[in-house]
Amino acid sequence: MTTMANDSTTRSADGGATPADSQWPLWEVFVQPPGGEPHEHAGSVHAVDAETALQNARDVYTRRGEAVNIWVVRSVDITASTPDDMGPFFDPGNDKPYRHPQFYKVPRGIRM
Amino acid sequence: MPDATFEYLLRLGDDRLILGHRLSEWCGHAPILEEDIALANIALDLIGQASLLLGLAGKIEGQERDADALAYLRDAVELRNALLVELPKGDFAVTIVRQLFFSVFALLQAEALQRSKNQELAGIAAKAVKEFRYHVRHSADWVLKLGGGTPESRSRTQRAVDDLWRYTGELFLADDVDRAVAASGVGVDPSTLESAWSATVRDVLARAGLTIPETPYMQRGGRTGRHTEHLGHLLSEMQILARSHPGASW
Amino acid sequence: MTPNKPETNLEDPARLAAFEARIAAGESIEPKDWMPERYRKQLVRMMSQHAHSEVVGMLPEGNWITRAPTLRRKMSLLAKVQDEAGHGLYIYCGTETLGVGRHELIQQLLNGTAKYSSIFNYPTLSWADIGAIGWLVDGAAIVNQTMLAKASYGPYARAMVRICKEENFHKRQGYEIMTTLAAGTAAQKRMAQDALDRWWWPSLMMFGPHDTDSPNSDELLRWGVKRKSNDELRQRFVNLTVAQAKAIDLMIPDPALRYDEATQNWLIGPIDWDEFWRVVRGNGPCNRERLAARRQAHDDGEWVRVAAVAYAAKHARAESTSEAA
Repeated sequence: MTTMANDSTTRSADGGATPADSQWPLWEVFVQPPGGEPHEHAGSVHAVDAETALQNARDVYTRRGEAVNIWVVRSVDITASTPDDMGPFFDPGNDKPYRHPQFYKVPRGIRM
Repeated sequence: MPDATFEYLLRLGDDRLILGHRLSEWCGHAPILEEDIALANIALDLIGQASLLLGLAGKIEGQERDADALAYLRDAVELRNALLVELPKGDFAVTIVRQLFFSVFALLQAEALQRSKNQELAGIAAKAVKEFRYHVRHSADWVLKLGGGTPESRSRTQRAVDDLWRYTGELFLADDVDRAVAASGVGVDPSTLESAWSATVRDVLARAGLTIPETPYMQRGGRTGRHTEHLGHLLSEMQILARSHPGASW
Repeated sequence: MTPNKPETNLEDPARLAAFEARIAAGESIEPKDWMPERYRKQLVRMMSQHAHSEVVGMLPEGNWITRAPTLRRKMSLLAKVQDEAGHGLYIYCGTETLGVGRHELIQQLLNGTAKYSSIFNYPTLSWADIGAIGWLVDGAAIVNQTMLAKASYGPYARAMVRICKEENFHKRQGYEIMTTLAAGTAAQKRMAQDALDRWWWPSLMMFGPHDTDSPNSDELLRWGVKRKSNDELRQRFVNLTVAQAKAIDLMIPDPALRYDEATQNWLIGPIDWDEFWRVVRGNGPCNRERLAARRQAHDDGEWVRVAAVAYAAKHARAESTSEAA
């Protein structure tokens, strides 16, 4: 019988407290395709440890032969910028045109 | 005696066919989504290998039976799988312990078969080695978790070991078929795999805090068609369409 | 980095306008972006319903894995059902970015408060049903999903792109089964026609009520969560599928079906909305069985999930103890 009891800590027969039933912690999966490309975020999996996360990630995200390497990271370990940062964080980069190849004029016909 | 190579290939193929079938029964009913996917992967590996092995068997027999004819039109007494793989899937502990016992055996067997004098078999084995390495990792990992998890998981896993251990001996029994294929260089005598298997499996079980039961007699008979009652029911389900529509294509 | 400002219950009209402008401009809304609470709720509802559907959808097809008639069909079907587990997984993960855990979502399914696609409340009675499901049900899902791949919410759109790639194999597999059966023995052809007769109308119902009867749709359209109306999508599906049925000499079970030259559409007869609502409200042929099966799997699996967590906790403690030493 599925009841809300599944949400609370269950007690095992010997009286010790076992952890509440869960779907396990969340991990982010990054997959590197063949051909020298960088790792790309593929999605997430649930797992209790890194080894299982890796196996699950392989089963879930690379069944169609898309990977040469996989990284898994606990979702809580990811530090991300927030949308509020969009201005102060990224604008200084956006107004430095000398970082872009189009800034530099090269005579036509020269192979760079 | 029917051709030893043909018989040997049936044993290999049927092990994988029947075990793959048992694993496929979990799809949609596993403890967590990630395991639905993992167990299906293992089942697919096994059924894929079975298809190749039975196909090769049919070629060698030379009576125009392909893999489907062998899989779907033989009666239980004609199957050559070990008893271990036809047992019901049980609970997750039974499935995982059975998977550990079989995969360690199959990995050792496949590693040896890479050197088979039959090129096709060697090729099938080379691919199978990669797959079985993964199956061993997956099942050993789970045995450790279940053995060392909670009192309930330990007790279920110990019960699975206690119930299944008596079916492991059959994997290593060698008869005339095995001796013939070992002599010809096509196959490997399974008795030569036992000590490596035992070392690996005992190590995993010990680390999982599980004990091995006293076993006065190892059950056997699958290799010569003397199966448990479970196989007949499994085949009824598996073969129903092929048998209800003789000659039809699907 | 500054923390996000605390949310107020009143949606700030300026923020709302800016949000809707982003959507109108085709921008992707990401997990940490500001969004109206209603948008977040609608998305959680839509995405989790979709995920539940994938998972429940494993059951009618899973019903035939052990009876698949050839090794190739067995492997294909097993791979398909496995894909569906994967799809459920991708979308649950996408839903989790909106701040609700998978455990909670699953509880909602199992206690009956969450919905899933009604099509899966129908039984699979013959092997041909497997063909019909791939062809019609996945076919209908593809029509829906191609639209969702451009959904405004980033994680949902990205999950959908991945799913759409995999769905194409599903539909082709189903249609190939139907083609083989339709060209097979007399018994096989009857099997195929019978399956089409039973799955056609429920597949059309997958697109939901007529536009005039669909309350959520306007808002979903404005927020780029849905991009086409129910009837538009249903019509697209009908046009595609009628041609496919004719190609393999199977008959669509609709005496009123006719081709309209002016619009170049195949026009269907009336849909039995009584059946639709009956099944949605829980009295379809398999509603109880589907939930019972999911509850059973979940309950039977509890000791396994708990054991894995307990083991990991022991080992995390062991690691930190040895690090501290």
